[in-house]
Amino acid sequence: DIDDVGHRYHLELVLEDILDKDSTVNCTAEVLYHLGNKNIAPDVQFTIEGELKNTDEADNIFYNRIKSLEKELVAENIPDSHGNVSPEMEPIRLLAWVASGYVIWQNSTENTKFQLAQIKHVKQVKRSDEYLEFDYIVLLHEMVSQEIIPWQMTVLWHPQHGVQVTQDSRHPKHA
Amino acid sequence: DQVLHIVPETFQQIQHLQHLCSSLLLDLWKPLLPEDIWAGEDLHIRVPGPLVQEVKDSLDQHMIFYKVLIPDVQELVDQSMPRESSSHRQVPEGYVYTQYHPMEEIYQWMTQIQKSNSELVTQHYLGKTIENRAMYYLQISQPSDKTKKIIWMDCGIHAREWISPAFCQWFVKEILQNYKSDPKISRFLKNLDLYILPVLNIDGYIYSWEKDRLWRKNRSPHMNGICYGTDLNRNFNSSWGSVGISYNCSSEIFCGSGPESEPETRAVAHFIERKKSDILCYLTIHSYGQYILTPYGSTTKPPSNSEELMHVAEKASAALMGKYGTRYEVGSTSLILYSNSGSSRDWAHMIGIPFSYTFELRDKGTHGFVLPPDQIQPTCEETM
Repeated sequence: DIDDVGHRYHLELVLEDILDKDSTVNCTAEVLYHLGNKNIAPDVQFTIEGELKNTDEADNIFYNRIKSLEKELVAENIPDSHGNVSPEMEPIRLLAWVASGYVIWQNSTENTKFQLAQIKHVKQVKRSDEYLEFDYIVLLHEMVSQEIIPWQMTVLWHPQHGVQVTQDSRHPKHA
Repeated sequence: DQVLHIVPETFQQIQHLQHLCSSLLLDLWKPLLPEDIWAGEDLHIRVPGPLVQEVKDSLDQHMIFYKVLIPDVQELVDQSMPRESSSHRQVPEGYVYTQYHPMEEIYQWMTQIQKSNSELVTQHYLGKTIENRAMYYLQISQPSDKTKKIIWMDCGIHAREWISPAFCQWFVKEILQNYKSDPKISRFLKNLDLYILPVLNIDGYIYSWEKDRLWRKNRSPHMNGICYGTDLNRNFNSSWGSVGISYNCSSEIFCGSGPESEPETRAVAHFIERKKSDILCYLTIHSYGQYILTPYGSTTKPPSNSEELMHVAEKASAALMGKYGTRYEVGSTSLILYSNSGSSRDWAHMIGIPFSYTFELRDKGTHGFVLPPDQIQPTCEETM
């Protein structure tokens, strides 16, 4: 408890690579939830002990594949109702995970627990520069209220420049 | 069947390919129509097995280079939809427990299970859902001259938690396949009766198949049909409407118009109430999160037999982890998860059932409610 400021948590955690369960890295973090104004994202400071795996090869394969598509990529319901994701869509899903991590961070309080539930819709946006751009509508599941919240996010990615969420907003839920 | 990848180069090649497609009625995957075949563009054709050699010979004759993109289409199809090919005498032939099944199939499965195991299994009517569908439970009971204690397990109280009904079906199959050969199971059945309700929230489950995969509640209409659904796990008469709920119908945790306002809740509650003096253990299966939850959600005050409850749950969690290393957290809902009132587990304990647990199955959020079918088997095996 920090008077007049908020609640600070010290965390020691282990990061595990989703694609390689044996690859783990230790991490320490400090999270400060601000008192009062719930519209400010919690402050996060972290240190990673060691290095994250190099993903250049997979990144470039994906990048080149998308760059060489004749028509912009469009897809729906990833995963499908049964939990299946086609191999071509797996990187699209991983990208959504990373991007939704940012959105979740920006919208978290001490009383929320968000997870990405499903990608409802994704559409690639044509760009004249070297970046890839995707417009996502994702469904976020909030554990405490059990609500499913549709969220729009515009995601930029480049193998050397990483992920950026340039725009995001709560998407109006259809009746 | 094979899928061939060709990049035509000349006009003659295109003509020949178009001719092949139309005369042999080949299945064009890319492009969709023969008239859209262009030089320099990818062509993918599926060739039926018996024609593969003929087509390849013809391509060779016309100097058209090709690559085999998919050497065996059937194999790929089978991989994406695993099929159980071993014979199970006591369980319906061909019923695939490693896939999710829609409600009509689950109804059929129950009938079939009773038919093939009539010495052990009886199907019983419990009540009707709000949309007028029949609710059934299966009673697994070895004939005996003494009255036995009961273990009740219900699955699918929340529509989107598909792994839960999958687990109930798996559980029944495992018991029926192994009760003669497995000493633990046969000892179990000597002293206990098992009552299994594979899908509690039938209307909701069907709705999650047909309309909205992430639906949670039942399908009772409110406000003249403007809003649908009560959270059945907030609708039981255990500190109803006090905490962790909403009075607003549009909320996922809407607790209903009153305790036991929903026919599904009443069907289960009335039955359990009648049998409560014989019920030793109440289990309700959910997803996701990987928890074994003990009472209560409505208060942090521990239940009277809290030590014993925890001890049994810890043993269960250890046994579970022993299978695939999956970690399940154990504790009371209000302490390790969130507050909620009106849960079936709390209610069961409050009316005197000593062991009452909520299981939240895999996973921890990576797939959440939409758990892929290849995780059905390990989830069910470890939970078993």
